[in-house]
Amino acid sequence: MSDSSEKFNISIDGIECEANAGELIITACDNAGVHIPRFCYHPRMKPVGMCRMCLVEVSGPRGMSLAPSCYLQVAPGMEIVTDSEKVKKAQDGVLEFLLINHPLDCPVCDKGGECPLQDQTLAYGPGESRFVESKRHWAKPIPLSDLILLDRERCIQCGRCIRFAEEIAGDPMIDFMSRGETIEVNIFEENKFTSYYSGNTVQICPVGALTATPYRFASRPWDLEQVESTCMSCANGCRMVVQSSQDKLIRNLGIDSDPVNQSWLCDKGRFGFTANQSDLRVTVPLASNEEVSWKSAIDFVADAIKQAVDSTGPESVAIIGGSRLTNEDAYCWSKFARSVIGTDSVDAQLGDGLAPELVLGLPKATIDQACKAPLVVLVGPDIREEAPILFLRLKDAATNGQTKLIEVTPNATSLSKYATQSLFHRPGEQHVVISALVSPQELKPPTQGAPIQPVAGVDVDDITLARKLIQENKDAVFIVGRPSMADSEEILTESVSQVVANMSEAKFLTLLRRANTHGALDSGLAPGCLPGRTTLDLGKEHFTKIWGKVPATKGSSCTEILQKASRSELKVLILLGADPIKDFPSKKLALSAINSDTKIVSITAHMNDSAKLSDVVLPATMFGEKAGTTTNFEGRVSSLGKKVTAPGQSWDDWAIAVTLAMRLGGDLGFNSLEDISEEMEKYVPLYRNLKPHIWESSAQKDGIVLPITGESVKPRWIDPIATPGISSLTHHRVALRDSNDNTLELDTGKTSEFQVLRFEPHQGDLKIPTLDAYSLRLMAPRRLYDAGTHDGPASATEELPSILNLNHYDLDRIGASTGDRVKVVSSTGEHVSKVALDDSIAKGTALIWFNLKANGDEIGASDLIGVGELVTDIRLEAI
Amino acid sequence: MARFTTENLEKASEIISLYPEPRSALIPLCHLAQAQDGWLTPEAIGQIADLIGLSPAEVKGTASFYDMFHTEQVGEYLVGVCTNISCMLGGAYELLEHCEDRLGIRCGQTTKDGKFTLEEMECMAGCDGPPCVTVNYRYFLGLDNSKFDQLVDDLESGRLDEEVPKHGTVFRNARQGGLRANKGEGQTK
Ligand code: SF4
Ligand code: SF4
Ligand code: FES
Ligand code: FES
Repeated sequence: MSDSSEKFNISIDGIECEANAGELIITACDNAGVHIPRFCYHPRMKPVGMCRMCLVEVSGPRGMSLAPSCYLQVAPGMEIVTDSEKVKKAQDGVLEFLLINHPLDCPVCDKGGECPLQDQTLAYGPGESRFVESKRHWAKPIPLSDLILLDRERCIQCGRCIRFAEEIAGDPMIDFMSRGETIEVNIFEENKFTSYYSGNTVQICPVGALTATPYRFASRPWDLEQVESTCMSCANGCRMVVQSSQDKLIRNLGIDSDPVNQSWLCDKGRFGFTANQSDLRVTVPLASNEEVSWKSAIDFVADAIKQAVDSTGPESVAIIGGSRLTNEDAYCWSKFARSVIGTDSVDAQLGDGLAPELVLGLPKATIDQACKAPLVVLVGPDIREEAPILFLRLKDAATNGQTKLIEVTPNATSLSKYATQSLFHRPGEQHVVISALVSPQELKPPTQGAPIQPVAGVDVDDITLARKLIQENKDAVFIVGRPSMADSEEILTESVSQVVANMSEAKFLTLLRRANTHGALDSGLAPGCLPGRTTLDLGKEHFTKIWGKVPATKGSSCTEILQKASRSELKVLILLGADPIKDFPSKKLALSAINSDTKIVSITAHMNDSAKLSDVVLPATMFGEKAGTTTNFEGRVSSLGKKVTAPGQSWDDWAIAVTLAMRLGGDLGFNSLEDISEEMEKYVPLYRNLKPHIWESSAQKDGIVLPITGESVKPRWIDPIATPGISSLTHHRVALRDSNDNTLELDTGKTSEFQVLRFEPHQGDLKIPTLDAYSLRLMAPRRLYDAGTHDGPASATEELPSILNLNHYDLDRIGASTGDRVKVVSSTGEHVSKVALDDSIAKGTALIWFNLKANGDEIGASDLIGVGELVTDIRLEAI
Repeated sequence: MARFTTENLEKASEIISLYPEPRSALIPLCHLAQAQDGWLTPEAIGQIADLIGLSPAEVKGTASFYDMFHTEQVGEYLVGVCTNISCMLGGAYELLEHCEDRLGIRCGQTTKDGKFTLEEMECMAGCDGPPCVTVNYRYFLGLDNSKFDQLVDDLESGRLDEEVPKHGTVFRNARQGGLRANKGEGQTK
């Protein structure tokens, strides 16, 4: 809470102790190990002092008096008494009051057994109520959304849910309605609580008033088991506990990891476990869509690889995918590809990603460093759609005045209203704006005295202001990512080049969409890369020594692999949890690759579009079913917990690689997960000192940013009532273990045996085609919930139609209005799509969300996007 | 329906400009909407939210705190019968029953023609003339059954229009010369 480092003495229950200036009494007591009961106070939100459960006696000018300890700050010499008769009477009274209207239907309440109201009543409350009148009754439950239900009579009006929605999420869709005995939490009319973050309200409700449909009546706390893990629904890597009952995943709760998610989760991650139970799970090996034994499936794949290598060389075998894998899986597959098959054509990114040097080779900033930087420049997408918890962190930093935010995006984003400056540029011309911001030359008029023209559609005054801010903050953090699938990642590379060339102190946080893309790249799952953030050239000698052999030359990227496949130059294509048909920017190429003569092997947990067309499908385990580690977009490694048995005959991905290697006469030298992590620790300098004991210590909670720089991780106390469902499971204590832990000393990794990858700025010469007067430039940004194979739960958000959205001017020009069908011509051919009006889109541009489910007269963005084009221009004709 | 009229929309901007923070205009805007429509319609709540940069849930949350903002439809005449102790002793319950019969509705309901809403009230400080009845917060003390019938007739026929304006009308503004009265402007309006 406090920024000031001033310390002074106070006394708590007669014992002198040290407190920090600006700290709340409740925090000082927590630090001193004195527990004060509480309901409304949550350490990650502003205190409100509403429930009065935390009353203590405090010395003041008029002697000792009762005060809410969650609201009052400590003062030098303050005497605090938490256990006097007066305090006990107050606690007793507050609880009796809260219970007046509480139904006490604990036997049918999901919170029963982990309920702060139950627990604190037992510890501090009255044995009996004097209240004999009838209690309030409400219809139960009412839906706040399709996901969140509310049993109003259980609510104790602590306001945690409402405060979260407003203060943390910025989605004030729920509020207290009415007053006194008719007060209730509710939504407005039919406006559902469609926040991406709605599940957090269930996590922090201190009673059973708020429940989420996937867990409602599904289990009892004493039937639950839990393990610490890391969310793999996006690359933010939020720390969470994964809970199961009877070998079935049943609930995820956010861990209060200070540098990452600060106890919050987005709904996609929180309810992501429903994908484990999806009907789309592949549970047995399939060949030509018929069930086969593992032995014959492995034989088939191994024979195909052998034949390909023997007849057309190792580069006729390629691997796409890897971001679903754990770091250990990825390392194992990287070693298998390089040393057993001998191919370097491996790519973890489906053409949707960024060049490896942009991810691995830039001066990196962590989330914390970005949130503490004086200036953050966002160059890319709407962060709420890509990394929802990073959005919360940045929004917080921007609203509490810590950080100024400049965004350079093609369209308004969720951060726009918190940004100091938003520069909305023409799609595809981001680098032009960046150049105007960072280059040493001021903007100049074309001829003296003439007005300066807007830069890529951005007003000159806006550029000038932003430029000034950037020039004043040379140590700004740049958050960079793909704003749209419709323009090439080369544009972003060009922008980053400009920044690196002109601002040597700038740091970068590179956004990645998929969970463990960073880990896969760290393990060398990209053409020309090897484990430890190095290149084939720099690391060849080292890895030849430990692996026996590595390919001589750089292999093909995902796009090249698909092109080779579509020309039938590729013999075997292994899809490691990848679905190019859905996820590759150009569907035409993906389809022709998958439909070619190339043998397609899908290693996947879900039956996706590409798997359906594959020759062999091998069932893989997924999140919650396997242990290991994962790496988020900061480069932070954290642990994954195995909680349940994988369905059917699913195997871990590493085991599949090991078996295939054996069948091909190779030996990866791994018999267990531990063997892999041991080799990584021993031979890859990046992982040096990342030893198993770390995952047994307090560092577990926050993960470890690589490379290890030798700091120590101090234990931190965590409020058990902040997230009741974690702490109540005393027989599986996780995430709280700090209290009895010691400080963990981390040893610095040794200096590298090889050089690591560096981003080299290059003199860019991008020729963005000019937009002719009849065309529209396409934007295809991604949304949090898309038609990907995660098969998540009912999300609280509405499903959007997959159609073209245009400005009214452009709609009028073709004489169409919302709902009409039009002909769309792009470089990939002619298509038909419905259109809709959206005036937030600039004139001359069109927007279609990437990878939404397209029905009937709708169109997918990937239908329009061509391969190897810098931007996607389309023409519309009325039909 | 129930969007602010052009005239009221102007008034709304004027009200908002009186405050350093737009959200501070929440309550006066609720008054304005209730004056226009007789009650706070969901559409009006949505519009107020847009005007002052809050969410509709926040506006309704605040408005619903106050008993005199009606977030459910009420009639043109809101008839309240006090049943607290003095009025009860003075025959309030008997009168209330008669009111129900006369208006043909139960307490808490609104007549089909949208004219009358009947409510039971707590003490309105009219204890000296029990039973105390208020219509749109104007007092009618010491009513018996026939006087109540007369009152209803008078209201229906418009004979009391001057004294009892339609529900929602905020008299103070009109009488004292507009919103800027205390700033010395518009006194003569
Ligand atoms: S629903 Fe839960 S979190 Fe929200 S106010 Fe009620 S008790 Fe608090
Ligand atoms: S932000 Fe990403 S990592 Fe965090 S909970 Fe959501 S999906 Fe999971
Ligand atoms: S008043 Fe302090 S915890 Fe609620
Ligand atoms: S008791 Fe009825 S007005 Fe006071």
